[in-house]
Amino acid sequence: MTSLATSTSAVEAVTDEAHGGHADLRLFGLATFLVADGMTFAGFFAAYLTFRAVNPLPAGSTYELELLLPSINTMLLLVSSYTFHRSGRNLLLGRMGPCRNWLLLTAGLGAAFLAGQMVEYFTLPFGLTDNLFASTFYALTGFHGLHVTLGVICILLVWFQTRNGGRVTSAAPFGLEAAELYWHFVDGIWVVLYGILYLL
Amino acid sequence: MPIPSSLVTLLVGMALVLSGLWVGYNVNLLPLDASVNAPVYDSLFRVLFSIGTILFLGIVGLVVFSLVRFRRRAGDHTDGLAIEGNLLLEIVWTAIPAIVVLFVGIYSYDIYERMGGMSSLNDHSAMHRMPAMETMEASVSTAGAGADPMAGTALKAPRVWGGIGTGGGETNVLPVEVTAMQFAFIFHYPEGDITSGELHVPNGRPVELRMKANDVIHAFWVPQFRLKQDVIPGQPTVLTFTPTKAGSYPIICAELCGPYHGGMRSTVVVHEPDAYDAWLRKNSPVTATVASAPSTPTA
Amino acid sequence: MTVASPNDFQDSLQPQGWLRYFSFSLDHKVIGIQYLVTGFIFYFIGGALAGVIRAELASPISDFVSRETYNEVLTLHGTVMIFLWIVPVVNGGFGNYLIPFYVGARDMAFPRLNAVAFWMIPPAGILLIGSYFITGAAQSGWTAYPPLSITTPALGQVVWIVSVLLLGGSSIFGGINFIATVLKLRRPGLKLMQLPMYCWAMLGTSILVVLSTPVLAGTLLLLSFDIVAHTGFFNPALGGNVVVYQHLFWFYSHPAVYIMVLPAFGLVSEILPIHARKPLFGYTTMVYSIMAIVVLGLVVWAHHMFTSGTPPWMRLFFTIATSFIAVPTGIKFFNWLATLWGGKLALNSAMLFSCAFIVNFVFGGITGVALAQVPFDIHVHDTYFVVGHFHYIVYGGTVFVIFASIYHWYPKFTGRMLNEDLGRLHFLLTFVGFNLCFAPQHWLGLNGMPRRVAEYDPSFTTLNQISSVGALLMAISSLPFLYNVLVSAFRGQVAGDNPWNALTPEWLTSSPPPVENWVGAAPLVEHPYGYGVDEDTLSLEAATGRDLWSGTGRR
Repeated sequence: MTSLATSTSAVEAVTDEAHGGHADLRLFGLATFLVADGMTFAGFFAAYLTFRAVNPLPAGSTYELELLLPSINTMLLLVSSYTFHRSGRNLLLGRMGPCRNWLLLTAGLGAAFLAGQMVEYFTLPFGLTDNLFASTFYALTGFHGLHVTLGVICILLVWFQTRNGGRVTSAAPFGLEAAELYWHFVDGIWVVLYGILYLL
Repeated sequence: MPIPSSLVTLLVGMALVLSGLWVGYNVNLLPLDASVNAPVYDSLFRVLFSIGTILFLGIVGLVVFSLVRFRRRAGDHTDGLAIEGNLLLEIVWTAIPAIVVLFVGIYSYDIYERMGGMSSLNDHSAMHRMPAMETMEASVSTAGAGADPMAGTALKAPRVWGGIGTGGGETNVLPVEVTAMQFAFIFHYPEGDITSGELHVPNGRPVELRMKANDVIHAFWVPQFRLKQDVIPGQPTVLTFTPTKAGSYPIICAELCGPYHGGMRSTVVVHEPDAYDAWLRKNSPVTATVASAPSTPTA
Repeated sequence: MTVASPNDFQDSLQPQGWLRYFSFSLDHKVIGIQYLVTGFIFYFIGGALAGVIRAELASPISDFVSRETYNEVLTLHGTVMIFLWIVPVVNGGFGNYLIPFYVGARDMAFPRLNAVAFWMIPPAGILLIGSYFITGAAQSGWTAYPPLSITTPALGQVVWIVSVLLLGGSSIFGGINFIATVLKLRRPGLKLMQLPMYCWAMLGTSILVVLSTPVLAGTLLLLSFDIVAHTGFFNPALGGNVVVYQHLFWFYSHPAVYIMVLPAFGLVSEILPIHARKPLFGYTTMVYSIMAIVVLGLVVWAHHMFTSGTPPWMRLFFTIATSFIAVPTGIKFFNWLATLWGGKLALNSAMLFSCAFIVNFVFGGITGVALAQVPFDIHVHDTYFVVGHFHYIVYGGTVFVIFASIYHWYPKFTGRMLNEDLGRLHFLLTFVGFNLCFAPQHWLGLNGMPRRVAEYDPSFTTLNQISSVGALLMAISSLPFLYNVLVSAFRGQVAGDNPWNALTPEWLTSSPPPVENWVGAAPLVEHPYGYGVDEDTLSLEAATGRDLWSGTGRR
């Protein structure tokens, strides 16, 4: 083993590429994970749609939901995707000030979404265990809300890391890019969720 | 004189097919066939058994032959032949299994249709079924075991979620309501209002079991009828069969339902029609009080 | 959050020597061995549980353990064997050890994630086993069908869910790592279609893991809400739908079968050519058949539900789809037979276990095609026929391959050979015991013995006792194996770097390999199965570049 550990400098030069780590695969890994996460949601959606198709609600219950607040929430999330995108553009251009401001705005929009969700929860006429639709509604929106919460925390962490001397810079944008990819994913899930839960 | 290898292959193949067919049609692994459906099932079984035997013997033969014929002799350190593939062979052993499974699939579909599996379960146009359905609903809701989500919509016949129906033209069907619970089957006869822990049926008459579960999932299985259907809480199912041989056969719960799952058994007694009528007369009028007073039926 | 460069391994924080096997090591080889050893520990626990089941079934009445305990035991047996033994060993164990070699990398794409994935397993396992002693284990089978899983004691069921969620997460992290490693970490110049077959198997498996495991996770979350928060997703008393659970559960758990057997297919594809001294027959069709199995494997789940409340059209579709899985699977078996044909077969333990795998799996595959037929399945569903069938697939298939792989790669892991005589004894006992144990179960199922019962019709006693004797033989067979594995690590014949004279990359380095797998560049292996007398005119040394990397002064 010890004899193996010594090698000529010529070989080292050839193998430097292999030694010095590899291309950054973290975004690829995150994307794969998001596929998996998306499948969790897909399972929930499939369950919800099946319940809805075959299990009639008890008398007096309805699938109708108040639409105004969720629609505003949808707009908030869509806008936040745009603001995050702007933040990412600014980071790549090296404009840290605007980058951080856009980030903060995104986090604010996310927090506003969560607040809206809370308001909706407290004003809904049904509770978690009232009927199958109620349970599914809370499970779906709650699971998504957890994702949004995690996203807001990530954005704030990234915001902290983009400070002068932080780890996220235009040369090392991974933290922000990862948070952005995740945020777009969460937004995309919401659009589907909004479609089948509120509009359908 | 050397025998050409193609001839050997042909002979071996023929021997294989013949032995597979022999095994399939002469080795009996199945219990008694006691329903109209059972011989149909058995013919499918024989076909699958024959094909399976041919395949299995062929492949095991090839493996054993290779292990013996191509084993590495002592001191031989050379390699085998550098054959990396053969397109024709690949096509052959893709196409032949594809044709075989397609045949098997279509054949088993045909069998399933003959068993009544493809007939619509929610076709309630047949008049004779309606009373059966309603009494069933009534008896279950009065028995009051477990909140039944379908109870609210019970005015029309509830949806049947699965199973094997009677098909269209059957008349003279004997309806029996089956309630499965931990750990017993309860049989209720709308004709005569009998409740029993054993299933008694007349030989030769189609029987339609309308099945509900009170607590967890159970499964109704009679091996001699080759029939099984899960009994699912909240989702009524049906199972239709026509017994062909008088006798007693076990009814077995086939879905894990709790600690006493292994003990959840009952008996189906197939009577000759006369004996069935006698049984019906004997048990009908006085003993059946379930509809008015839901007591624990004799299991 | 940095990319762990291989230089991290030389950190003083990474323990060396035997201690590293108990550490948060980032070395894929250490993690692979960790998976293997942990898996084997759980194999023996699961085997002991199987022993309890067979002891109970040696008599037709419930007398050995209480009925509740019996249900706990069968639940634990299934869960341990699937989630803590087979899935971690054929994926995590061999995958982590071999895949970086096969793609010419120094480690997996995400070494830290890899270590995290492994270290999720011991707590999950301890939780699961511990639940038996502390709270009482789950009693609803490894399928945990509601409403039974909702009505049995809640605490054990919740612990079971937590444990399976942890194991599922571990599996997903592993899958992400394998996909990234195979697709993105290949040595420059190495093409996808030059990869050893196990890479393809792991790629396919990982795709299944990433697509299907999250659905199980979500389903179990909903089930835990039903248990803890009294929601009614799967509780018919509250308007829920139990069949939806079955759909979601089998959407994972049928692909789980392929998650267990596809890696075994890959491992066999590595073992057979080396010991037959022939190229793997039909490489391209083997690759396509793996991918066909992946695609078909995702759309056949409802064949587990033919007696549930599934509509007729659904039964028809799933029958046809399931039957057609036999086609790509058949291709693989015919290719292996063609690989053996005309070779120079070394009749060693690895080869014997591999060939027994072919025999067992073909048997299980034939009963599998039969089970796919709705009318056939209606009779034997949830009976001992099914128990026999899937043990032929997962034990006769995958576990036999695991043993073959241990005999094959042990010299690579340790630098020493396993004793061949003990290996053949192990093989003989396992093969006879296995068939004695599981073959009679097919007849039992056909004739009226349902699965998961502690008591049965007395007329089935003899065959059940034969089955129990087979189980005993299997238990005994692990003694020579254990002795062999433990003693050979110290006293075994020194193997040398490449005892099988193999061409796949893991053999083109020292045994055991150095921390970064190779001294110098990873060899470019364009023909991992380039065996054969008239294949090429180059010498083995030149063809693999072995003279370049192997250093000087050895051998």
